[in-house]
Amino acid sequence: MVDSQEFEYDVLVIGAGGAGLRAAIEASAEGCSVGIICKCLLGKAHTVMAEGGIAAALGNVDDRDNWKVHFSDTMRGGQYVNNWRMAEIHAKEAPERVRELEAWGAVFDRTKDGRILQRNFGGHKYPRLVHVGDRTGLEMLRTLQDYGIHQGIEVHMERTVVRLLKDGDGSRVCGVIVYDREKGRFQVFRAKAVILATGGIGQAYQITSNSWDCTGDGHSLAYEAGAELIDMEFIQFHPTGMVWPPSVRGILVTEGVRGEGGILLNSEGRRFMFDEIPDNYKHQTADNPEEGWRYTQGDKEARRPPELLTRDHTARCIVREIKEGRGSPHGGVFLDIAWIKEKISHSEEHIKRKLPSMYHQFKQLAGIDITREPMEVGPTTHYIMGGIHVDADTQMSTVPGLFACGECAAGINGANRLGGNSLSDLLVLGKRAGEYAADFARENNLGSIGGEQVEEAVEMALEPFGRDNDPQNGAENPYSIQNDLQKLMQHNVGIVRKEEEIQCALEKLDLLKERASRVHVPGNREFNPGWHTALDLNHLLTISEAIAHSALERKESRGAHFREDFPEKNPDFGQCNYVTIKGPEGNMLVRSEPIPEMPEELKAVIKEME
Amino acid sequence: MSGKAAFKILRGTSQGVEFEQYETPISEGMVVLDAVRQIQADQIPDLACRWNCKAGKCGSCSAEINGIPRLMCMTRLADLPLEKPVSVEPMKAFPLIKDLTTDVSWNFHVKKKIKPFKPRPPDASDGTWRIWQEDIDRVQEFRKCIECFLCQDVCHVLREHRLQSEFIGPRFLVHVAGLEMHPLDIEDRLEELKTAYGVGYCNITKCCTKVCPEEITITDNAIIPLKERVVDRFYDPLANLLRKFKK
Repeated sequence: MVDSQEFEYDVLVIGAGGAGLRAAIEASAEGCSVGIICKCLLGKAHTVMAEGGIAAALGNVDDRDNWKVHFSDTMRGGQYVNNWRMAEIHAKEAPERVRELEAWGAVFDRTKDGRILQRNFGGHKYPRLVHVGDRTGLEMLRTLQDYGIHQGIEVHMERTVVRLLKDGDGSRVCGVIVYDREKGRFQVFRAKAVILATGGIGQAYQITSNSWDCTGDGHSLAYEAGAELIDMEFIQFHPTGMVWPPSVRGILVTEGVRGEGGILLNSEGRRFMFDEIPDNYKHQTADNPEEGWRYTQGDKEARRPPELLTRDHTARCIVREIKEGRGSPHGGVFLDIAWIKEKISHSEEHIKRKLPSMYHQFKQLAGIDITREPMEVGPTTHYIMGGIHVDADTQMSTVPGLFACGECAAGINGANRLGGNSLSDLLVLGKRAGEYAADFARENNLGSIGGEQVEEAVEMALEPFGRDNDPQNGAENPYSIQNDLQKLMQHNVGIVRKEEEIQCALEKLDLLKERASRVHVPGNREFNPGWHTALDLNHLLTISEAIAHSALERKESRGAHFREDFPEKNPDFGQCNYVTIKGPEGNMLVRSEPIPEMPEELKAVIKEME
Repeated sequence: MSGKAAFKILRGTSQGVEFEQYETPISEGMVVLDAVRQIQADQIPDLACRWNCKAGKCGSCSAEINGIPRLMCMTRLADLPLEKPVSVEPMKAFPLIKDLTTDVSWNFHVKKKIKPFKPRPPDASDGTWRIWQEDIDRVQEFRKCIECFLCQDVCHVLREHRLQSEFIGPRFLVHVAGLEMHPLDIEDRLEELKTAYGVGYCNITKCCTKVCPEEITITDNAIIPLKERVVDRFYDPLANLLRKFKK
């Protein structure tokens, strides 16, 4: 049943988005044999969807910027429940990682003096985002891909991991079992170290900016292997996704629109973002439209417009406007960039040059010309701050031999991620994951796969074919369960949460799990998306449960986690993270863990930047 | 827009294919990919097709819709005649895997053979370069490519003449152009362009430019300048004469 051919690598990377590729490149540079397994074709990962830019304190546009400002911005944005060590490493190393990309062929937009241009973004004090128009993720992924294919890395495309495999005594991860999409064959990959770089979980929600493949595989595989997850209650709802027409609902509208001067308006034409500015951002936010505009045009004396407050806050303001009846016709609010024609000549060409994909996207999918009319936007599930609990320096999970980086790992973002920090995170921490996985591989052998893990995994994966196919007897369609799950999470564990609704979600998740055990798929194993959906469902159900449990525990509102029944921040909860782990009886356990004390020198940095 | 529409989807494997017709409800703003996914969810769960981002950014859902190579996610039903069934077929230039999926691995092998980026030494002591925006505008156009391979699909050198072993196709000529015109790159790929990459096979019918969802002017901005560079190097009579004298 399993292909007799086995693959062996020093370091095996799961996922070929930015984090996976960067990790693979580093492990390979360290002299390791490296394999990559990816669910899609190479170069299609969700990283291509990143639009705005890479946050790195190069100080090219404003020389007051440096790692200390970036570090403080990241901690403030994350409401201080971030892992401060990761935020420190990230802020210090991001500039070098960006310069490296240029040496590998990336072509970023330029300043007038020929250096890398940087743009404004929410929560960043100075213009910090390195970018290429609004297709930065594509540029980055393609650069890593085109460099990576010449580094001796072997890429196994369109393969999905069914289970992580552990050695005889279960002490470490030493391989994976996968199926390939084309033929449905099972294959075993053995490795001295395994790096998870599987991205996000957006497909657990109905309205999302995420690709089909963002089904939380890494989170769930690590959990099943005994690793800890952390911060799972923190899900970022990006304030601006498309809302109309229905078929494109959720598709991302880059924050870059606001960075370039775009404003948010309600149905009364009011710039509602001025109505509520959080205390800790008051001193750095403009109090009139004119100052906000000057900020977007590079005036160093001006403070940023309220549209560039953090994503959690902006999303909630939009929800408030819609709830109170001041929304746009299709249940969003208006995002207007066309207005800048009052300020600059040739605004049409300017918008098309700065935001080409946005122009294209609205023109083609909604029939709207953004250089002439406002867009309709609303919040969309975008990013999970929570994920696999890793060591800040090495990116190793709580299970030896298992590393994680990128969106599936957690810590750096705390309760809310700043735009642009994900691309820099995956470069900085992806590189570190590769480096330390290589170290681990040097000190360990291949290990032997213990027990019947392979046989069990195959049996589990094939179950949907063998089940009763008659709906009269309870046979279920995987797509309809996924649909119901997405609706449940959207409504009960979405932007605004409360105890009864989360409790109800947990009960309904049990019912969905029971239904999932009756999923039947027709056809055979060759390229069968029904089968793939049935297997992805298990991951989605696991992570949804982790999200709901953690959301229930955090009885306060912080960052992206908003509890209607506890609308205020509670300092006690600011001292801890929530950790999710699989209990001895297979039940999910959630406990709080104190955040380690920040060293004096970092406290001083934060104080200095206030 | 509401009601139902009919879709004729090519189903099968290399063992044999046939069109099968499905009806599905439609609503305002729907694209072909929505319809295909709806049919998959409600009627044929094992219908094979690739898609990722559903926003025209990943280039996974390439297909031939009413005979024209397009991205399914960027083709609105409102722009198609719905009186008769909409036909959806896999790309024809590549071997069929199943239903709407094809084996595009040839493209990945080709890219690996192209000489990689090789930068000149840094301009500044901190290891960075100085580049002017006007010098990269064109390269940035080429780098918009989402590798959907629709240009490869429509190129008659690959589609009809099957010269995959001698011609790298428009996608990779754009890639080479992006490297050759990169202001930092100092590699020389002209010999390969003439021989292994087969730039001479392109006879400028511009079909690739027409189907490019990123609106890259493939033929005019990438291929023709590459052809000119090859001609300048290898076929300029005056230069040839000078070279002879030098010998």
